[in-house]
Amino acid sequence: MKHWQDYMRHELDLACEKTRLGELRSFLSGVLEPKGLSDIVQNQLILAVEEVCANLIIHSHGCNPNDTIKLRVTDDSQKIIFEIYDSGEAFNILEYQTPDLSHVIKEKRKGGLGILLVKKIMDKIEFESKNSQNVCRLVKQLKSK
Amino acid sequence: MLEIILTKKESHTVIQLNGEVDASNSVELDQAIQAVVAEGTKKILVDGSSLDYISSAGLGVFMSYLEDFQDNEIAFIIFGLNDKVQNVFHILGLDQLITIETGQDEALARLYEA
Repeated sequence: MKHWQDYMRHELDLACEKTRLGELRSFLSGVLEPKGLSDIVQNQLILAVEEVCANLIIHSHGCNPNDTIKLRVTDDSQKIIFEIYDSGEAFNILEYQTPDLSHVIKEKRKGGLGILLVKKIMDKIEFESKNSQNVCRLVKQLKSK
Repeated sequence: MLEIILTKKESHTVIQLNGEVDASNSVELDQAIQAVVAEGTKKILVDGSSLDYISSAGLGVFMSYLEDFQDNEIAFIIFGLNDKVQNVFHILGLDQLITIETGQDEALARLYEA
């Protein structure tokens, strides 16, 4: 009998609370650990996914614990795909204008850096919104050894 | 989980960060820095040797004080970051805007070099 994990598809439903972000990181560590990535790359991927989730939790769902977002991780030998599903107000990460660092400093704004990190870390970012279901897809190519 | 320990030395204050900084607790980091600045300390060290993780929420807190530090001539140095955390600062180029030293000795030397 095959365990579902053999299919290399992992899913997590996350309640929209900031305190759940630690749970998200543990989940992602478990999923990514067997991939044999460097500590730095594994941390980058966890960070990028958390940034997108934190953004949705805070801005699209107003930290309402009754709302959930779904994370699905699939991978093959060449890439890892992280899909984050939610049904809140659509946040199109591709249309978001990432701020200049100098503006962040001047305006003393504490946000805005997260999406910049996601864009620097991931190789491909896609966003779809259909029937009030949004999906943000983050793709990381794996380097062949 | 994040634990923040403030230690006042003769002429500087050390903010030790143990654990992980994310959107759920970055406000605690903000309050700690605010408290240290309010005391009038001109030299602040952040001991990041037990900092396991930082997200943009934590980076944003540091960024939001850079101008205050400059305006009030406060020396602010982070030391002891592990490779993963250091890399996160590096991705955004924050290691060019914030002084980061390898260890406490180097940080103290930098702090009192003038």
